[in-house]
Amino acid sequence: MTIAHNSSGTRKLKNSLAKWLITLGGISVLFTLVLIFMYLLYVIKPIFDSAKIESTVSFSTKKSNEISKVALSVGLDELKEVAYTIYNNGMVDFYQLKTTPEHKVGHKILSTNVLAKSNQLRLVVDSGVYLKLLVDSQNNIQLITPSFKATYTEDAREIIPSISYPLGNENLILDEKNKGLSQVAFAMTEEKAMFVAFTEDNRLIKTTLLAEDDFNYDPAFETNYQEIDFSHNIVDDILVTPDLTLAFVRSGNLVSVFELDDEDDVVLKAEIISATELTTMALLSGGSSILLGDSQGTISQWFEVAAENGRQFKEIRTFTTSNNEAVDLIVTEQFRKSFYTLTSSGVMDAFYTTSEAQLWQGSIGNTQPEAFVISPRADGLLLINDNKLELFSVENEHPEVTWSALWQEVWYEGYPEPDFIWQSTSGSDDFEAKFSLVPISFGTIKAALYAMLFAVPIALTAAIYTAYFMTPGLRKKVKPTIELMEALPTVILGFLAGLWLAPLIENYLPAVFLLVIFLPCSTLLTAFVWHQLPKEVKNNLPETLAPILLIPVLLLAGYAAFSLSPVLEQYVFGGDMRQYITNELGINFDQRNALVVGIAMGFAVIPTIFTMTEDAIFSVPRHLTSGSLALGATQWQTLIKVVLLTASPGIFSAVMMGLGRAVGETMIVLMATGNTPILDWSIFQGMRTLAANIAVEMPESEVGSSHYRILFLAAFVLFVFTFVFNTLAEFIRQRLREKYSSL
Amino acid sequence: MMKNSNKGNGNMKKWFRSGSPWIWLSAGGVSISLISVLGLLWLIASKGLSYFWPADLHQFELLDEKGVRTTVIGEIYDRERIPASQLAHTGIKLKPNQETIERLLIKTGNRELVSLDFRWLLVPQIQSMITPEELVVIERRTNGNFYGYIDALVLDGKEVALSQLPQLQERVDEFQEQIEALQKTDIGAINYKLERLRLKERKHTLDNSLTPELIQRFEKSTEKLKNEYLQLEKKLMALRDEISRDQLIVRAMDGQQVTINFEHILQINYNNQMGLLDRTLMFMHQVSAFIVDDPREANTEGGVFPAIFGTVLMVLLMTVIVSPFGVIAAIYLHEYAGNNALTKLLRIAVINLAGVPSIVYGVFGLGFFVYMVGGSLDQLFYAETLPSPTFGTPGVMWSALTLAILTLPVVIVSTEEGLSRIPAAMRHGSLALGATKVETLWRIILPIASPAIMTGIILAIARAAGEVAPLMLVGVVKMAPNLPLDGNFPFLHLDRKFMHLGFHIYDVGFQSPNVEAARPLVYATALLLVTIIVSLNMTAVSIRNKLREKYRMLEH
Repeated sequence: MTIAHNSSGTRKLKNSLAKWLITLGGISVLFTLVLIFMYLLYVIKPIFDSAKIESTVSFSTKKSNEISKVALSVGLDELKEVAYTIYNNGMVDFYQLKTTPEHKVGHKILSTNVLAKSNQLRLVVDSGVYLKLLVDSQNNIQLITPSFKATYTEDAREIIPSISYPLGNENLILDEKNKGLSQVAFAMTEEKAMFVAFTEDNRLIKTTLLAEDDFNYDPAFETNYQEIDFSHNIVDDILVTPDLTLAFVRSGNLVSVFELDDEDDVVLKAEIISATELTTMALLSGGSSILLGDSQGTISQWFEVAAENGRQFKEIRTFTTSNNEAVDLIVTEQFRKSFYTLTSSGVMDAFYTTSEAQLWQGSIGNTQPEAFVISPRADGLLLINDNKLELFSVENEHPEVTWSALWQEVWYEGYPEPDFIWQSTSGSDDFEAKFSLVPISFGTIKAALYAMLFAVPIALTAAIYTAYFMTPGLRKKVKPTIELMEALPTVILGFLAGLWLAPLIENYLPAVFLLVIFLPCSTLLTAFVWHQLPKEVKNNLPETLAPILLIPVLLLAGYAAFSLSPVLEQYVFGGDMRQYITNELGINFDQRNALVVGIAMGFAVIPTIFTMTEDAIFSVPRHLTSGSLALGATQWQTLIKVVLLTASPGIFSAVMMGLGRAVGETMIVLMATGNTPILDWSIFQGMRTLAANIAVEMPESEVGSSHYRILFLAAFVLFVFTFVFNTLAEFIRQRLREKYSSL
Repeated sequence: MMKNSNKGNGNMKKWFRSGSPWIWLSAGGVSISLISVLGLLWLIASKGLSYFWPADLHQFELLDEKGVRTTVIGEIYDRERIPASQLAHTGIKLKPNQETIERLLIKTGNRELVSLDFRWLLVPQIQSMITPEELVVIERRTNGNFYGYIDALVLDGKEVALSQLPQLQERVDEFQEQIEALQKTDIGAINYKLERLRLKERKHTLDNSLTPELIQRFEKSTEKLKNEYLQLEKKLMALRDEISRDQLIVRAMDGQQVTINFEHILQINYNNQMGLLDRTLMFMHQVSAFIVDDPREANTEGGVFPAIFGTVLMVLLMTVIVSPFGVIAAIYLHEYAGNNALTKLLRIAVINLAGVPSIVYGVFGLGFFVYMVGGSLDQLFYAETLPSPTFGTPGVMWSALTLAILTLPVVIVSTEEGLSRIPAAMRHGSLALGATKVETLWRIILPIASPAIMTGIILAIARAAGEVAPLMLVGVVKMAPNLPLDGNFPFLHLDRKFMHLGFHIYDVGFQSPNVEAARPLVYATALLLVTIIVSLNMTAVSIRNKLREKYRMLEH
């Protein structure tokens, strides 16, 4: 007693401390699950955010006593630290956009004149991010590139701007007859620069400058002049694709498409006629799609699709400005398929074409700006209006992902029709990543269903027999053996399926079908033969030994099926069943297909279903069975009408847990299928599942990109799916347990 | 007559209605399951073990349709029967009713002479097959096996008698061991120390605390280490000269003579001369080499020691993390939790943790542990190694953590089961005698429940040894240059990547450059993994069964 009293203080303290620690440990299990859920959501959320555009910097470019100048073009460097403006008097001014130790925001770093005399600049035409073609009132033409060099001092970085002339300092002669140009468009690669222009005397010309070496190092070139056969008198817009293959020429509501790659002749490839009054035109990144804006505020996207009579330009989709006003300007991003529209009242809308997403809408001023440009990394917008230069920051990380783009059919460039496609990477640079979760979700369901098709009959019949008909002695040996299946790592099942089972099935394909017939037939035959045996033999080999008796029978049936297979193949299928079903029946055969996955994954799922079903059937109270038998029912009738019905919730929950396991299985699918993301129910074709997709693509995806986040979304889908199934199965089992204890 | 057939029909109907055929069909379900489990184990065992058994070396004389005679030397790997029509295009002459042709897969090795080291031979084309006693298989460090005849033995430029072969081999083996110790241990330690010096210096640079005396100190240490290295390099060169002294001249199946340097030779075996005892000894030697050696030839040859080591280490780390966590959670659920919504929620959470697909854990581990937690650790403690990440990249610690969460439910369920089997009388007695709850737990309940806890831990280990999918994302690599545990401070490198047996199977089976050569190795590794996991499971099950028996008696 005394001892207890003396140390009771510390003991009580230890008790409460331990209680708190243990409670904390217990709750942390719940915390872990919630953490996983929350973290997945945290990574996924950014892909569904819309764009954020806000004004960050603005200043006036006019000093107090300067005359107003009209800006024809603006631009900025990659880091959004220096902006430049090209005015109609030929001045190119560079301004500081970011405060550095040297300069403040708005400081004019450099001001140069690019025109020879005091001429007026008439046109500034852009191509890509940096090239600007200047046409002045005297028809002198120059190509300039503003370039920026970064220098690093103690703590800061200074950007030093300058202007370079990629095609040399001399004026370019683009028209043989030296007439003025009312519209020009151009594009340039290292070897060629192509200009398509409409002259003052209504000629449509094409001029090619062929580099002697490489335009990156040497501005020397040869010129080639061509005239294009063109019957219209007006040209409102011209565009040239960056790969120098097509030119789009708009006259009113008609857009003529010319092929530019032939050196001798310029061919009219197609004509696009718009039903509405067109106001502007722009080329989408990649150079395959053209955007036409009209006076009703509608923007339509067109690209070439393969049709019955060759490739044609087709209207794919339309977008509408938020206030239905006429579209004055469409500006497209350099590397992604998004674009901005501006109306005359200063309303701006941002869209992404492929996912049909409307990213942002709002007003950026009272009128349309004099010049507008998207920053090279698409993370900013620069505009100038009435001598005020304004910079906006744009946060638009994942425009290509929308809920409908993930789950509905999307019409990608170059495809004949909308389709469900998963193709996250490719070898070329101008590739558009295609993220539809439908093929891989379909693959998950297909794999799970085929696995259940193989697993459920075998597991349920085995469980019924083990729980109901088997002697306790045999049950003690059989149950652990089947539960051993659960312990086998799925890597091993997967590699056996891919390296042993798949070639086996391919070589002995008829055997698979023969087995489906032979196995049940041989079982029934054995049953019948046993039934006819005399009583003494039956006493020594009771029916309860049926599983053991059947083992040699089934092995023999299997051996027979495999031996007959080459014979069958030779006589019925002309030597090769694979080729037969591909050529005669038109079914494509893949070596690693759904049949292999079904068998392998079925094997993995059988123990899950078996254990729980067996438990459920075994726990049905004995008095129900005894009562039914006493009333004259046979064993089988009791089983079907009494026991199984009572245990049915348990069986149902077992099947659900098996399904949950089949859906989440990764390694077997990874090794036993071809991992092809196709939508095909055929048993002889492969598939790609959500889990295998994550395992394959996650190590190679860029952290934080749309691809990375979509893979997390796939993991989230799997998580939610198995959560729902497991919780439901557990509820059913709880209710069943309560029901049994009351019985 | 009619009566008999009526009886016969009646018999059938009665038999059908009694339900007997359905009972037999359901018994068939059990049989199929049994056949598949045992068949699978037998398949892996036979294919895996046959890899180690020294096979007969055969010499085949072939005559094809064009009258060309060829000699092929090698081991028989496989035989199969294929429909004759599949080979119709080769112009082979068939017997009148022959539907199938048998063919043999021969491993011919000799990678420097032929493009493929496996070849199919059609049995009808084989004129003769002999097993000469002088045929030898030479296992090499590079280029795989060599099958042929030994023509001459050259010691330091002079030809000597073949009887000296064993001594020369032993000599080279000893030198190779010394070279390996020199390279891995000594030179490795110097490189490691040099790297740590560099990082220390960089840390001071980043903190702006680099003083001229520190610079001098670092330079002196670097000089010293570099000198040590030069000494070791000289020793290494000398050893290398020693082992390249002798050669073996051998003749391949097409008569070509090849010179093999002794430094490349691992073993020389006259398989056909070996009796049963010799072969059994050889078998055991191969099995132990498989477990103890490092892999060679891009994982298609050699042993799997780093994979075993990596798996064991990772599993140990995981056990250290999951055991306290799991046991405490189980104790909470069983002893402290009330009958309220929170407990129900907790049980649902445990069930769900068990049911979540393992790849989701991998994804979570990668995003949260590796990038978030690891990235922050790097910023705080390892800024000097940046931009090269230390913990912000997959490694053995994050793998252990991820698998700990994955196997948590197994430990919880098993511990709870053990706790629930303890009769309440014991608890009540202890509390009645004045012990606090925690003392009862610590001194009475846990010791009795410890076999159940151990069962849970063993099952968790078995699960972790077999899980591959999450590890592919959080730390396993195809080939790890060093082990996470070595002789350099801090000895246990938790940021290193490791090799894993399960991933090894996947990698060797599906991502190896020479699939035919790799296949037997895959079976052997699979056999090893299955043996480990099955024995772990059976241990756990037998402990659990013994427990059940013990408590059945306690309750009476």
